[in-house]
Amino acid sequence: MLKKSLLVLLGLTLILPLLGCESESEVLTLATTTSTEDSGLLDELLPIFEDETGYRVDVIAVGTGQALEIGRSGDADILLVHAKGLEKEFVEDGYGTKRYPVMYNDFVVLGPSKDPAAVLEANNLEKTITEIYETGEKNETSFASRGDKSGTHVKESALWEKFQLDVEAKEWYNSLGQGMGDTLIAANEMNAYSLSDRGTFLSMKDKLKNLDIVFEGDDLLTNPYGIIPVDPDTHENVKYDASKELVEFFTRDDTQKKISEFRVDEYGEPLFFPDAN
Amino acid sequence: MDNIISGFFEAIKLLVNLDPYVMDIISVSMMVSGIALIIASLIGIPLGAFLGLTSFPGKHLVVALLYTGMGFPPVVIGLFVFILFSNVGPLGSLEWLYTTKAMIVAQSFISFPLVAGFTMTAVMGVDKSLLLQLRALGATNRQIIWAIIKEARLGVLVSVIAGFGAIISEVGAVMMVGGNIAGSTRVLTTAIVLETRQGNFGLAISFGLILLTITFIVNFIMLHFQKRKLIGSD
Repeated sequence: MLKKSLLVLLGLTLILPLLGCESESEVLTLATTTSTEDSGLLDELLPIFEDETGYRVDVIAVGTGQALEIGRSGDADILLVHAKGLEKEFVEDGYGTKRYPVMYNDFVVLGPSKDPAAVLEANNLEKTITEIYETGEKNETSFASRGDKSGTHVKESALWEKFQLDVEAKEWYNSLGQGMGDTLIAANEMNAYSLSDRGTFLSMKDKLKNLDIVFEGDDLLTNPYGIIPVDPDTHENVKYDASKELVEFFTRDDTQKKISEFRVDEYGEPLFFPDAN
Repeated sequence: MDNIISGFFEAIKLLVNLDPYVMDIISVSMMVSGIALIIASLIGIPLGAFLGLTSFPGKHLVVALLYTGMGFPPVVIGLFVFILFSNVGPLGSLEWLYTTKAMIVAQSFISFPLVAGFTMTAVMGVDKSLLLQLRALGATNRQIIWAIIKEARLGVLVSVIAGFGAIISEVGAVMMVGGNIAGSTRVLTTAIVLETRQGNFGLAISFGLILLTITFIVNFIMLHFQKRKLIGSD
């Protein structure tokens, strides 16, 4: 009797989830980064693609590290990420077919309005980063890092490394292991410096009363986004044809134009710059 | 599948070598949940005993509130605590947000209704004839209360263990108010979320194993005492 009811229960747990699935259109799984998702760009573009092709695109928004991992294991059909070095490696290792440039935006250094590190007077990136480090060492300020191996975190680590500064296990260096939005809220609460992509900062600016851009506009701070179909030779379950159509959609002229115009009327400046051609 | 197997072996290695990153996270987890549990017990046990022993107008409402508290979503408590200690919040000047202090406050709020609720049930379950006997023997009120709590001690212990089980495995509130900062507010549950997000399955699995082990031990002890209570062999 008990055995029977257990079997019934087991059966139900396997069958019930199926009721929640729609099986009408083919689903394309896109793994992307939290900052792309948070900006709202995909909400604007993907419905157009879905209407045109009849596919449904499921977006999984995670850190770049996990997005690549999901691609490696064949749990996504296509990736939209921004960590050029890691993306190259992904393609070279045979997990992706090719990286197609889509757009770029840039990173900005944020800090408390009081600017205890006097970064606003620094006129170059090296000075900015060094000042923050030295003020932190004096325990006069702190830094909020995403610490989640995302594209933004990889960039930030590269900057400390470039100027030969070691932030590992420093009292003033907070490694949060969370997304961009959560990290900005924390930086705002802690009156800390931080590195953010411009898009997320602009979209949350009105909630971040204590934070201002203290440095911007260095070549090292550009942030290119690429789209990579997962290689069907490595994972035969991925929907490569649909992926190719999505690449085509993101890189064609009218979509690129939409990307450059996205939210310009709201922020007075573009969030993303087209990069496909 | 490879991921899981290699993750499992990595987990064993990390635990055997007492990896400092892992040990640090375990100690923060135990410290935060331990202190929160002490606070919750100091509030919850007397409150539960009081509710179990007395009746007063409006008691129904208090009990209803307590039962609501027992099932209160931890993430909502996290939200309240966040707002409380935020820069613009009433206690912002304490600068407790993103420290273990805020986590302890949140976990105390999550666990005290459980401690109080289970204690109340245990006290109510004490045989009423004991009360009459004690009265007949001329015991003072204080002696009576003490005797009843002693009688209900196993139930009280279960309440404390239930409170601990709830907070050691909670993730939403501690992520929100603690911020998951490496080396200071990162605990087992938030570490699992982070390592999984980064694709570090080995680390994630080892934290998962540790957490499972802790909750297993806790529940095992609870079951052991409940059994003794059922058999009544104390």
